[in-house]
Amino acid sequence: MSKKKTLEKIVLATERDFPIMPMSLGTMHHNRTGAWRNIRPVIDKEKCIQCGICWKFCPDVAIYVENEYPVVDYVYCKGCGICAEECPVKCIAMVEEEK
Amino acid sequence: MKKVIMGNHALSYGAQLGRAQVVAAYPITPQTQVVELLSEMCADKSLDAKFIKVESEHSAMAACLGASLAGARTFTATSSHGLALMHELLHWAAIGRLPVVMGNINRAMAPGWSIWSDQNDSLSQRDTGWMQYYCASNQEVLDTTIQAFKVSEALSVPGMIMLDAFTLSHTYEVVDIPEQEKVDAFLPPFRPKLRLSSEDPRAFGGLTSPEHYFELRYKQQKDIEKAPALVAETGKEYEKLFGRRLELIEGYKNEDAELLFITAGTTGYTARVAVDALREEGVKAGNLRFRLFRPFPFAELRRLVGRSGRRVAVVDRNLSSGCNGIFFQEVKSALYGHVDGMPIFGYVSGLGGRDIALEHFREIAADALKRQPPAEEIVWIGVRK
Ligand code: SF4
Ligand code: SF4
Repeated sequence: MSKKKTLEKIVLATERDFPIMPMSLGTMHHNRTGAWRNIRPVIDKEKCIQCGICWKFCPDVAIYVENEYPVVDYVYCKGCGICAEECPVKCIAMVEEEK
Repeated sequence: MKKVIMGNHALSYGAQLGRAQVVAAYPITPQTQVVELLSEMCADKSLDAKFIKVESEHSAMAACLGASLAGARTFTATSSHGLALMHELLHWAAIGRLPVVMGNINRAMAPGWSIWSDQNDSLSQRDTGWMQYYCASNQEVLDTTIQAFKVSEALSVPGMIMLDAFTLSHTYEVVDIPEQEKVDAFLPPFRPKLRLSSEDPRAFGGLTSPEHYFELRYKQQKDIEKAPALVAETGKEYEKLFGRRLELIEGYKNEDAELLFITAGTTGYTARVAVDALREEGVKAGNLRFRLFRPFPFAELRRLVGRSGRRVAVVDRNLSSGCNGIFFQEVKSALYGHVDGMPIFGYVSGLGGRDIALEHFREIAADALKRQPPAEEIVWIGVRK
């Protein structure tokens, strides 16, 4: 349940850096899917009952647990809203991104 | 050892001598004997390969892709509608850089349901990124199969070997079948640098954004462009060991020819008979037969067609509907800007397995010698008009 490490995006400058095959060069840690997000989950700690359902359901493993509360890793959270949908006390709000 | 074998079996022996490790294929006339013999070889262990039975050609190619990605030397064979059913996965093999080697028996596309020869099946797959070899004898089929493994694996580009339906696939000829040890010395085991492996887990063929796709295609093109030189070099190496030379384009009395036929497949051998007959009648004819069509052997074609002042007659056993013969299109475009003012005419003949005989070449010669450019898009030979 510990926070996962963030890895730099793999940048291929010219064709010489590419493998010949369309293939993965690293794990999903390199794939910083947070850039896809246009709505962000915001957790209301006051209402949270610490059930861990959001942590379990997040398809991108973008929720980690810190001091027994769920925390969203915005480097990877792509804003799908599944955590908000599944939260039994509805304490996750999906807020529009400003940028 | 010399044996009298059919063209289809020349493919099977080529795959056996090349020590294919996985064969996945679905039977279709006129390819069936290729797979029958390979399945017997797998059963009696004269070929140490996994034979995967499948429910369609699409699955056959899919099985070949998986096996090739896992690092196995992989062979299959098909024809016409079977090849068409593989279409999607032909792209997958080529862009995925998997050196599968396949025999394709050139058979016309239905309807009307035909089992006879023309080249529209393989030429419809021209742009998928496979190498395409067109053969004219059973010996050439066997020799090409062995060399195709070597070239494809060196470049990570798949290779397709064409035989005319019946005229080659079911014709028996004497074939010199080389010794296994000599083939082993020529063709080492397949050891790909990148492959599916639990030691270095990778995902292959996943979502590839516009940020990356273009460079992959660029690299694929750069590698396939190396093929003509490599085929020529591999051919020389093969000649040293086995005494037979395979060229990119086979010339016959072409050097001083005033009329040059351009052909592919077994039509190329009929053309040689026609060249001899025409020369006896005082027409300086010659022939060029494409062995390698993809990648296109630009430099070799330009070298062989050479000087201007001759007439070129391209004989196509295929038709790009609404346009013209496919070899004709490509020959014209390859010579544009390289040879000044050469009259190049396109003849479409022999669709659906109708014979292209000596008399047809006479007709082509008579037409090509008197016709004034610019060319008509298609001159039809042998159609009942
Ligand atoms: S919005 Fe989706 S990706 Fe983001 S934390 Fe919730 S479940 Fe995970
Ligand atoms: S699902 Fe809701 S209540 Fe449960 S841990 Fe997550 S935020 Fe808290």
